Amino acid sequence: MAELLGKDFVPPDVYGKVTGKAKYAEDFRADNMCFCRLLLSPMPHARVRNIDVSEALKMEGVLAVLTADEVPAQPPPAEPILTNEPLFVGAPILAVAAETEQLAQDAIDRIRIDLEELPFTVDPLESLYPGGPDARSEGNVVDNRLGGPPQVKRVKWTAADFAAAGEDKLPMGEPLAEWSYGDVEGNFAKAALVLDETFVTAGMSHHSMEPRSAMAYWQNGKCYVYGSSQSQSFVVPDLANYIGIPVEDLVYVAETCGGGFGSKGTAYPLMSIPAHMSRKLNGRPVMMRISRAEEFYLGYARSGFQGRIKMGFSAEGRLIAVDMYVVQESGATVGFPDWPSSGETVSILYQPEAMRWRGTSVFTNTVPRTAQRGPGHNQTVSITEPLMDKAARALGIDPLEIRRINSPDMNGRIGGERTPVTSCYIREALEKGAQAFNYAERKARSGQRNGSKVRAVAVGQGFHPAGFFGFDGIVRITPEGKLHIHTGVGNLGTYSHTGTARIAAEVLKMSWENCVVERGDTRKHLPWNIGQFGSNTSFTMARTNYVAAMDALAKLKEIAAMDLGGSPDDYDIGDERVFKKDDPSTGLTYAQAAQRAIELGGRFDGHEPPGDVNPMTRASVLALAGTGLIGAARDNLPVTGQPAAFTAGFIEIELDVETGKVEILDYLGVADCGTVIHPKGLATQVKGGAVMGFGMAVLERHIYDPQNGLPGNVGLYQAKPPSYLDVPSVMRADAVDLPDPQSPLGTKGIGEPVMGAGSAALLCAISEALGGHVFNRIPVTPDHIVNVLSGRGQSHRPLQVNTA
Amino acid sequence: MGTRDMMPSFELYQPDTLEAALDLLGRFGEDGWALAGGNDSFDWFKDRVKRPRYVVDLTGIEALKGIRETADGGVEIGALTTLTEIERSDVIRSRFGVLAEAASKVASPQIRNTGTIGGNLCQDARCWYYRYGVHCYRAGGNTCYADTPEGQNREHCLWGADRCVAVSPSDTAPAMVVLDARMVVAGPNGEREVPAEQFFIGPSIDITRMTVLEPGELLTAIRIPPSWAGARFYFEKVADRNVWDFPLVNIAAAMRVNGNVIEDARFAAGAVQCTPRRLTVVEEVVRGQPRSEDLARLAGQSAVRGATPLNYNHFKIPLLQNLVMRAVRDA
Repeated sequence: MAELLGKDFVPPDVYGKVTGKAKYAEDFRADNMCFCRLLLSPMPHARVRNIDVSEALKMEGVLAVLTADEVPAQPPPAEPILTNEPLFVGAPILAVAAETEQLAQDAIDRIRIDLEELPFTVDPLESLYPGGPDARSEGNVVDNRLGGPPQVKRVKWTAADFAAAGEDKLPMGEPLAEWSYGDVEGNFAKAALVLDETFVTAGMSHHSMEPRSAMAYWQNGKCYVYGSSQSQSFVVPDLANYIGIPVEDLVYVAETCGGGFGSKGTAYPLMSIPAHMSRKLNGRPVMMRISRAEEFYLGYARSGFQGRIKMGFSAEGRLIAVDMYVVQESGATVGFPDWPSSGETVSILYQPEAMRWRGTSVFTNTVPRTAQRGPGHNQTVSITEPLMDKAARALGIDPLEIRRINSPDMNGRIGGERTPVTSCYIREALEKGAQAFNYAERKARSGQRNGSKVRAVAVGQGFHPAGFFGFDGIVRITPEGKLHIHTGVGNLGTYSHTGTARIAAEVLKMSWENCVVERGDTRKHLPWNIGQFGSNTSFTMARTNYVAAMDALAKLKEIAAMDLGGSPDDYDIGDERVFKKDDPSTGLTYAQAAQRAIELGGRFDGHEPPGDVNPMTRASVLALAGTGLIGAARDNLPVTGQPAAFTAGFIEIELDVETGKVEILDYLGVADCGTVIHPKGLATQVKGGAVMGFGMAVLERHIYDPQNGLPGNVGLYQAKPPSYLDVPSVMRADAVDLPDPQSPLGTKGIGEPVMGAGSAALLCAISEALGGHVFNRIPVTPDHIVNVLSGRGQSHRPLQVNTA
Repeated sequence: MGTRDMMPSFELYQPDTLEAALDLLGRFGEDGWALAGGNDSFDWFKDRVKRPRYVVDLTGIEALKGIRETADGGVEIGALTTLTEIERSDVIRSRFGVLAEAASKVASPQIRNTGTIGGNLCQDARCWYYRYGVHCYRAGGNTCYADTPEGQNREHCLWGADRCVAVSPSDTAPAMVVLDARMVVAGPNGEREVPAEQFFIGPSIDITRMTVLEPGELLTAIRIPPSWAGARFYFEKVADRNVWDFPLVNIAAAMRVNGNVIEDARFAAGAVQCTPRRLTVVEEVVRGQPRSEDLARLAGQSAVRGATPLNYNHFKIPLLQNLVMRAVRDA
């Protein structure tokens, strides 16, 4: 029976956060610290012909200029640290260090930079048209799927491809990737209803409240970096590489992170700039604070889609055929593979009998892209969930029912490989949500008008993978009787560093007061963990902490058997003791056992780390050797299939038909996250994710001026993430709380589908309020709604991107 | 692209009398900058798009603060009065509710706590190209980036385009127009009163300014006459967000209704042209008419006659039409 799982706890870092004592990257200080600022490209694509820094360097207090020629070049299309060929407005060209930030900026104002303008584009389809502009000199499309180096190609579709589609339907030329299964054409032929929809989803910024500031210095041959990242151990190898040093020479501190949403999951080139500048200044500490507007320019964004989906339904509402094509706007650097996730999402959520998916990924001279909460998955459900409603309406089926008809169970399959899932309880989530939301009764009055307002009730679903495997765990029992759980996971703000650490405590039956979570600083000797992204930690690090704790448990029993006789199997644990099953009074306290481990040495106290762990873990175990009983292990637990998480969102709104304004009256999200670890943390994810989804659905988008490549909304007031008054004051969260059989204690991740469900539910409700009008575009803003209600066309063409 | 978020140095002056402030601003001329709540100014400074050498901080001038009832039953509002004070003022809420309502819809509580009525009325255009720092007509250049076939001009004007297509972003300005407010302007040549409707100017008069204020002049107070006190009022703002956003369109209305007949009315809309747009045609249509759904619809239709949308803002036509209809119907 779980003592800790499923119960709320106070995360150890929460006091610092509410009192202001917690240190974020820009809060760190070091003696003699100076500042650096960046000169950013004013052009969307250019080549630096000449840089004249003479006037800047003459200014008193200006210390150094760092250019692209002085930092390690990154292989295209990887994002450079600094560049002589800026590929988007805001690309960092050089850095200036000075005694004060203001002085650094004054110096930048005196730098004369000669840029040669190069062709640029902010629209993937323009780049795919014959003779269209390429965002990069190397090519215009990028296969950035994970698992291999990115491949850049020059691909132009034919004029005939475009002509065949007509102006407002997505042309479908040569894809970068495709898969299919089943008899797609045959099933379309026998479908009772076929939808063929062209859609656009807007790119949008992450808007992490903490900008990606960093401070660095060198001391005794080691480089110290204080950064803003949602991950800890996973950042280290790439950051060391950006700086150009071996992993062991990097001290990386990331105690707290003011939000990342995917944009700080891995090391990013920018965070190495203070280290390079500091090296140039003989190790003097350099602080680089990134401002809000700069965060917009170079702080990454979600990719937008131009897409087309053909869906064939049987008369009973079963989705029997899908043909989907997605063109991703990837920014000008490597970007992130949102596009394959589109097909995976459709395939798992609706289990189509036959499906073909095609996609491509096109460079544009816009802000660099990376993963943003549900990358690809959440854009997709924002489009397909309203289309499921459209089909339901056409076939006379209730929207909840058509989801039930098509939703996966434990036998669900993903993608062209038909990969199984480790667990799937979306049906249960729909069921639980429908009851708790009183769906049937509220649905009956959906569409009713009161004055200028129409009520609408809807349901939306989200999906995202929920875990990885094969990483390492370290736990340590000290002679003081404390359990130290060393985690390399990072502090994204979800408190899963502690949530997953509690799994080790659960295994060892430790009272939580005697546990210490070690994290946030390489000097704490942390294991090799994957980053805190991809909704994975509650699966991945549940497993690593489990195997490390199981290793410690085995050692406790071995030591007890050695000292007290019998075999390890004769022993059990409880009350922080290891004792004989048939004589509980005979045993050792954990403190005694830890002391004995130190005396025994070898594998018991870390002097002999396991052979199969990552070198980083090995180094950490060796560093901890002699301080207690060390449990250390690689996660070799079996796994078959893809861990998967789901969310069902239920919403009621009121839409004002005279203003186009939408008010969300009620929202309930029901998560399929396996066994619940931390109810409060989960509720925050379900509600907060939905809020972010509402922003995606009706507020946030990139605007680019196509003539100049200028970004149109660089501040929070222009980019418009949701405010308190744009969301209900009370939102509700619940979970299915059924275990994933391939997670030792049943847990799996949830951070991302919670957003997609919120976005999808809101968009479905808007369509419901408008009598079934489907926009095939996000965000849906009041002007779009007013245009529909007044019988006017939209200002944008269906395939236009980056428009207001 | 200009710098972002790094304010340069300037000389700061903090006078405590209006006379001293006017003296300083007169001396500094084009190099001077009057600072009140700072919500508009600091953005310009941090982006180094506007770089005054001398900044005159007005917030120490007590005489420019507060709401005073006047003998004639009106009120005089010091230009440095915060939007929060106006939103919460009993006298404004009870007699000139349209202004309290408008003030309550500005930006966010934090901004209303520091933002002043003078600053809200005098704020500069929010055209994103202009704010970005491009060298457009309004910035002294020779082009407009927004008024082009591909320009992203969703927030821009329906009327009054003249090289510049920016709109008045203020929520309180239309309320001042419908209340027949008079703006008190002090300068080197003494004080003058300017009717609210004439205080705001479009690009055809001066493309680099939003008001009649000349360098060295200050808006010191707003005098609201008793003429519309206690009238039936309506204010509504439609923006993408419910907090911290500028209007897509806003509407302010004041009506004298006797029985069910509208004896007289004032209507003004914001964010549809470079100045608050007094809707005299709507006033003509409703004056002397009994209020009804039909009248409301007609009023709405009349409001948008002659509107000339740009490529991305034609939604403002039905939106303004509906807001005027609601004002007549729901006030």
